[in-house]
Parts: sequence; C-alpha cells; structure tokens
Amino acid sequence: MTTETKIPFDQQYVRAFSSGRGEPDWLLQLRLQALAKAEELPLPNPDKTKIDKWNFTQFANHVVESAPYASLDELPEPVKALIEAGEETKNLYVQRDHTPAYLSLSDDLRAKGVIFTDIFTAAREHGELLQKYLMKDGVKVDEHRLTALHAALLNGGVFVYVPKNVEVNVPLQAVYIQENDDIALFNHVIVVAEDNSRVIYVENYISTKETSRAVVNIVAEVFANTNARVFFAAVDNLAKGVTTYVNRRGIAARDGRIEWALGLMSDGDTVSENITRLIGDGSFGDTKTVVVSRGEQVQNFTTSVVHYGKHTEGYILKHGVVRDSATSIFNGIGKIEHGASKSNAQQESRVLMLSEKARGDANPILLIDEDDVMAGHAASVGRVDPIQLYYLMSRGIPRHEAERLIIHGFLAPVVEAIPIESVKKQLIEVIERKVQS
Amino acid sequence: MAVLTIKDLHVSVEGKEILKGVNLEVKGGEIHAIMGPNGTGKSTLSSAIMGHPKYEVTQGSITLDGQNVLEMEVDERARAGLFLAMQYPSEISGVTNADFLRAAINARLGEGNEISLMKFIRKLDEKMAFLEMNPDMAHRYLNEGFSGGEKKRNEILQLMMLEPKIAILDEIDSGLDIDALKIVAKGINEMRSSEFGCLIITHYQRLLNYITPDYVHVMMQGRIVKSGGPELAQRLEAEGYDWIKKELGIEDETVEQEA
Repeated sequence: MTTETKIPFDQQYVRAFSSGRGEPDWLLQLRLQALAKAEELPLPNPDKTKIDKWNFTQFANHVVESAPYASLDELPEPVKALIEAGEETKNLYVQRDHTPAYLSLSDDLRAKGVIFTDIFTAAREHGELLQKYLMKDGVKVDEHRLTALHAALLNGGVFVYVPKNVEVNVPLQAVYIQENDDIALFNHVIVVAEDNSRVIYVENYISTKETSRAVVNIVAEVFANTNARVFFAAVDNLAKGVTTYVNRRGIAARDGRIEWALGLMSDGDTVSENITRLIGDGSFGDTKTVVVSRGEQVQNFTTSVVHYGKHTEGYILKHGVVRDSATSIFNGIGKIEHGASKSNAQQESRVLMLSEKARGDANPILLIDEDDVMAGHAASVGRVDPIQLYYLMSRGIPRHEAERLIIHGFLAPVVEAIPIESVKKQLIEVIERKVQS
Repeated sequence: MAVLTIKDLHVSVEGKEILKGVNLEVKGGEIHAIMGPNGTGKSTLSSAIMGHPKYEVTQGSITLDGQNVLEMEVDERARAGLFLAMQYPSEISGVTNADFLRAAINARLGEGNEISLMKFIRKLDEKMAFLEMNPDMAHRYLNEGFSGGEKKRNEILQLMMLEPKIAILDEIDSGLDIDALKIVAKGINEMRSSEFGCLIITHYQRLLNYITPDYVHVMMQGRIVKSGGPELAQRLEAEGYDWIKKELGIEDETVEQEA
C-alpha cells in the first residue's frame, strides 16, 4: 500500500478560502507560496520515529462551519470543566473546530491595548502586526512539508498581543475543541509580549467525541521582546484517531523570559516539537513537559533550547509515563552557539515504563560551540522504584495507591505550574484516567 | 497490649544468610535497644520485620498479636500496627509531606472513616510544633532536599501521626547533632505508653541517655548474644564490645558489610 501524499486542496481552493475570510493580500500570497512548497518539501524527520506512513495530509473537510456559543452555558460539559466558575472577568477564547465560537476580553485589558482575538479577525483588523510575526522569525514556512501545509491551509487560532509595559497578570485562556471526524485543524497561535510586558497564556486542545480520523497541525509562535515575560501553558487532550503535529516555538530577546508548561496527553500518534531560541543576552527559557502515552500510540517529543545570547539560561525538564504497547521517544537538545558565553544549558529527561510492552527512549543531547559555559544533563528510563514503593507501603499505603502517588508526583512539575485551577484539576483527572484505566 | 514475637529468625540477602536465629519479644509498654558493632545484622532485622523486598526469610517466624507477619504485604504489616523509622528514608518528588501523611492515615482508617481535613491539619500542626519543625516542611515534597537531620525528624513525625503499636527505629540517631537527637528522643518519649512498644537499633549509647530502655540486647554474627537491662548499655559505652567477644569466644563479630 502506498500512502497518498498529494495535497487534496489546490490553488483555486486556497484563493477562494482566503478571499472568503476577507484576508489581506500578503496572507493570500503567503498561503499560495506555501502550498507550492508543500508539494515538494519532505516531511520533518523526528529522531528515532518513522512517520512517513502517518496521515498528515488526507482529510475530507478543510473547514466545517459550527454555530458559535451564545453563552458559556452552551459549552459541552468537558469544556465547561476547563473554565473557572465564578464572577471574575474571563479572558477566554473558545474555538469549535474552525469556528471562533466565544470570545471575552476584559475592558481593562482592552483599554490597555491588549489584543486577544481569533486569527482571521487579527488578519483583517491588525494585519500589519500579524504580518510582522506570522511565520517570519519564529517558525518558517519552508522548514518542511508540514509547516508549508500549515501556512497554506491555516484555518484557526488566536493572536495575542501585549503592548509595551503592560502586565497581564490574569491568564488568557484558549480552548480548541475538536468535534468532527475527518477534518483537519491547522491552528496558529501567536503570542507577542512587547518590551517590559508580561503575559500568561493557557491553551487546551480537547476532543469532545471519539474520532476515527482527523489531522491536527498546530504551530505556536511566542515572542518575548526586551525584558518581557511569557508564561505559556498547554494541555493537549486529543482523541485516539487524531494524528497531531505540534510545533511550539519561542523567541526571547534581551532579558526576555519564556516559560513553558506542557501537559501532552493526547491519545493519538503525535510529533511534538518545542524549541526556544534565546536570541538576546540574558534571556531565559524554561520548558517543562509531561506526557502519558498509552494504548498503541506512537509519539515523538523533541524539546530544544538554543542559546545565541550571552548569559542565557535554558532548562529542559521532561517526564514521561509510557504504558500498554505505546512508544514514546524523548529527544532533548541543549545547544549553545559560538559567542553565547557564560550561558547555562541544563536538561533532565525521565521516562517511567509501566508495562513490558511499552517502549520509551530518552535521548539527551548537548551541542556546545563555546568554551565558557555550563551545561548538564540527566536521563533515565526505568520502572517505578521498588524502594520508593516499599517506603510508602511501609506507612500502610496499599501498593496500587503508592504507585499512583509516585506517578502523580512524577508528573507534578507541570501540574503544579498550571496557573488556572480548573485546568490544573482537569490535567490531574486526565492523568488519573490515562494512568489507571 | 501488642506483642511482637520473633522466633528463630533466619534471613538471607542475595543468597547470603545474615540473620542466623534471632529470638526476641517486644510488648506494648516496653522499650528495647539492640546494640552492636556495624555489620552484625541489626538493620537486616528491622528490614525483615517490615518486609523489605530484598530480604528473604528462610526460617523462623514473626508474629504480631499472634498474626503471622510474614504472610502480610508490607502495607498490611503497617496497618496491623508496625512502623519502621528508616535509616535512609526515600525521597519522593511531587508528593507533599502532608498529602503523603494523609494518605497513610486514611489507609489505616479505611474507606468511609477518613480523617477530616481540619482534624488532620490540627494534628499535623501540633506534632510539627512539638518536634520544632518548620511548618513549611508539610508542603515540601516528601524528604526531597531534606537534610539528614530533617529526614530523621520527619520519620518521628510520621511515627507520631500514625501511632503504631510497635515501632522499630533503625539508627534514628545516626548523623544527628545533639539538639536534633534530643528532639527525636523527646518525640519517642512522648509516644511512651502501655499501648506502644519500641525497638531501637543503634550502635551508639548516647541516644539511650535520653531514652531509657527497659531491655538492651547485643547483636553479633546475626544473633542476639547477650541481653540485659539499661546497665548493659552503660557498660558497653564504658568498655566497648571486646569483653563480650572475649566472654563468648567470638573473634569476628560481623556477618556482612552493612549497607
């Protein structure tokens, strides 16, 4: 059997789609160029995972129209659970497959010039700003077939923009719901924190129904400009039939800080790439990732921090639990470029295997092209430590519960970092479900 | 009143016999001290009683109030009333001290009888204050980054929270400065009652200056070779172990390299 790789949508379709959304010409041109490249570029090549038979390009529908939600009461139950109850102002975007279905932004943030809107509205109303950031200095169109395809067929996402000196201390939350079969979501998220600003962004990808076949292709580009600080948390929880490519990229300018807390809990085959580029002197990147793999899924997680500026600090923490017959590859790359003196690259990858058939691999890599730096890594792949189990059991805790405590503890670095209680609670529940069932 | 009875206990580690016939009875209300040089099997005894996976009982019996301890899983032993304060407590990342303690208490009380959060916090605050522990320690991850002294104090905190019938303290005094030693002793003395029996394993006499044992046993070559009252510990402190070896004709008292 040969895998169909021809892109099922042509130039004419892309033109019609773009004009239907009232997009500026630069965006149409970007799409058309990308479409041409998508035909010729190869797939990405994640280390130690073969993806050439995966379905990233075949789907019946590029866009389905769904009804917006008139109020939060109409949200499906699993989505409601993600939203903080209470009277406090919500800064919330909900997207239903491809339809911007709900948006609220507090008057206070609006007055300060904060932009939080769906990507199509951003293209129409903040075209110049969007053009400055969309697939320029973060993720490039021509990295490989999936980035090109993403640009050509982009059909969802949000734009977050925080002006100079504005500190947003309440989280902005986005929920992306996948509810239709045989669709593709090309979701693009841009978070821009201008000089001296600060923002907390939390996103959830959630399938509300069983899915037999769907494609999700996510690109997130995060910019922490001079002395800005971005905290980016994500909980991905897509269904078994969804094949996902997710690329989350951060660019930190001088003294900029980007912190990631990623709970990657999807049940389908997944390629995840999270790269933080520390361009400016004194910039800082911290990336924490936790994963639970189960069933037969195959996943590849590459996390990288690349140091360009002097005195930059990069930390990678990855903890994965692998059970059933699942396969998870964890590649961690700390890279220090020539000239990035006094920089510090640290990483830790730990994989916990819960069954005989599970396959897990932690590959820590340090690439260092500068003498005056610090770097370190720790990696392990193993089972639940019998001595830890013995200790907990010696206090009367039954084996099953002791294992549960150890596993939850193992995944705590991301759980504890999630800034929205309801999302944290949901992540704990998802972990519980994935580990126990 | 609880009774822990050990009869003719033989224990092997990785095929090597370490304990060669230990007999001992600890009753509620009694404090026993087991002393002896390094490598004579003291820690093996405590691990075998608790059920450490590495230790294999090849002969003999351990019962608690007539129940066969050796047939119980580690957690069942604990719920039956045994407690081991470990020489090297594990560090468990991501699990707070408080969450762990509550899980342990609730495991004892059983489903439907869980301790209320208020009652738990009150008890925890009270015991931590008694042991002069920083209240932050409740919310730190279990033993992670704790100093040696903090870990030992945390073991005693667990002892006071869980209120076992019989506690075994494995070298609870090693690595403690004198102030920490006094606090640990204070905790153990606070537990003293007719309902609580205790087996203290140590190779220093100094802890026994603060906790007066009812019985002192000396272990050599994987057996208890001599038993007596508190005066035995004092003589050991003054004269060392050589006189016992001489008296019993023992040349090499060890059976193992103790971990």
